[in-house]
Amino acid sequence: MRMVSLLALALLGLLLFPALGNLPATGDPASPPSIHVSPRYIEGSHEETGADNAVTAVVVDYRGYDTFGETVVIFTAGVAAMLILQAGGSRSEDSL
Amino acid sequence: MHRRFGSIILDTVIRFFIPFLLLFAIYVLVHGHYSPGGGFQAGTLLAISVILVRVVQGPGAEWGLRKEAAVILASLGAFIYAGIGLLTLFFGGNVLDYGVLPLGMKEAKVRALATLGVEIGVTLTVMGVFIVFYDLLTSGPPQKGRSVFQGEQDRKED
Repeated sequence: MRMVSLLALALLGLLLFPALGNLPATGDPASPPSIHVSPRYIEGSHEETGADNAVTAVVVDYRGYDTFGETVVIFTAGVAAMLILQAGGSRSEDSL
Repeated sequence: MHRRFGSIILDTVIRFFIPFLLLFAIYVLVHGHYSPGGGFQAGTLLAISVILVRVVQGPGAEWGLRKEAAVILASLGAFIYAGIGLLTLFFGGNVLDYGVLPLGMKEAKVRALATLGVEIGVTLTVMGVFIVFYDLLTSGPPQKGRSVFQGEQDRKED
């Protein structure tokens, strides 16, 4: 099984390595992310959202739905930890 | 399992330290508009100030937040966030499109205020969950039945 996964990884690497050359350079102003929404965030975030900090504007306003997901993930983690660590009862006795 | 850790020196130091930590947490929260910071960081700072007191003073800490209250606050935080999203929906916008809230101000101002409300929700959730984590990991097994921890102890004895 380990050999199969190694082989699969090697194949995947072979497939992906030729694509490395097509990735845009770090900080390339002509790369797709830099010409799509970034200019609007940088130029318009203050007028549109009233936030001086563009990062806050993006995190909570433009991408507010994403941040809501993060908050719910943390809340779910807390509830799950409570359910697991506080669970009493006889179930663990049966399985051990 | 969870016992007092501090000496009188630590006790005195945190008495001096906690108010500043709380103030800094509030600053990080409300100043997130202008500088790095925001709900997640502020929530962590608030949780840390409670946890610090628990670490030093042990289970009988004089100041803090009970686990039950922390759970309620965590739920309240997520509820605030979701509630603001639903409010924007009711006033005819998209979910979390804060500009439609009728507060009688310019749209950018309304958005900034709503952002603060959302950040408060995030802060409450993060703070509550971290306090719950600490209490769960330091408290012993529950009274009734057996817990994950006790099961592992039994296995070691075998």
